[in-house]
Amino acid sequence: MLQEKITLNPNKWIDNYADYLFNYAVVRVNDGDLAKDLVQETFFAGLKSGKNFQGKASERTWLISILKRKVIDHYRKINSKKGQAEVRMSFYDDGENEGSWIEERVPQSWDNASEKAIENQELKTQLDICIDNLPEKYALVFRMKTIQEFETEEICKELGITSSNLWVIIHRARTQLRKCMEDNWFNN
Amino acid sequence: MFKKLHITCNEATTICDKSQYKEASFFEKIKLNLHFLGCKICRLYTNQNKRMSDLFKAKSLACKGKINHLSEIDKEVLKKQIKEFKV
Repeated sequence: MLQEKITLNPNKWIDNYADYLFNYAVVRVNDGDLAKDLVQETFFAGLKSGKNFQGKASERTWLISILKRKVIDHYRKINSKKGQAEVRMSFYDDGENEGSWIEERVPQSWDNASEKAIENQELKTQLDICIDNLPEKYALVFRMKTIQEFETEEICKELGITSSNLWVIIHRARTQLRKCMEDNWFNN
Repeated sequence: MFKKLHITCNEATTICDKSQYKEASFFEKIKLNLHFLGCKICRLYTNQNKRMSDLFKAKSLACKGKINHLSEIDKEVLKKQIKEFKV
């Protein structure tokens, strides 16, 4: 069976795909302006390499594959950026106490936890602040896994990390978030 | 055998985090529960971790319900740029 070959129609790209691509990017980079830039770059890259389009996949699939690479490039950039926010370790990483809690990071009981209801705008704002305080890569992996609920495998594939890398990041992000919420919310 | 079952607080809390996503293996859960027998701190961490998960879940629901759109102005700008684009 002969399939009709798909051709590119850049004049329709914005109407047909801009929102879809934008949403895809926002969910992954959590920054509207950055997502806008990535979408723009994607369209330009599409125009430049239009002659390589073989018409095997749909236009949308093809554009998404370009955007995916742009997102990965962005991850690489933030990964190699120097001077990024420091990760506070919660456990000794060598010596005879290796793997034990560092005293000042030991969880404290949350005295007023019951008074502080879950459905509360202030609480959500505080949580956002705590997430934003994480190193960019940790915030990103944490958001993808916990907020956007991507599968572990998918995140690993997109970011080029192993699943044990992912769990180390999630673990460090969560212990740091717990501490941040403890200091600024539950015991405040 | 016993050595294999012994884990540090760091490992225990990592398993605890994994299990918040229902991705801890059966063997990991056994090790975690054995660790709890002797470690109050990690038990407390686990209880609080569940609470944190509820918080994250509420945030997740709020975020996932939202579909992000580009503004019409941004779209017009992009359209113009595409038209004027020279390879």
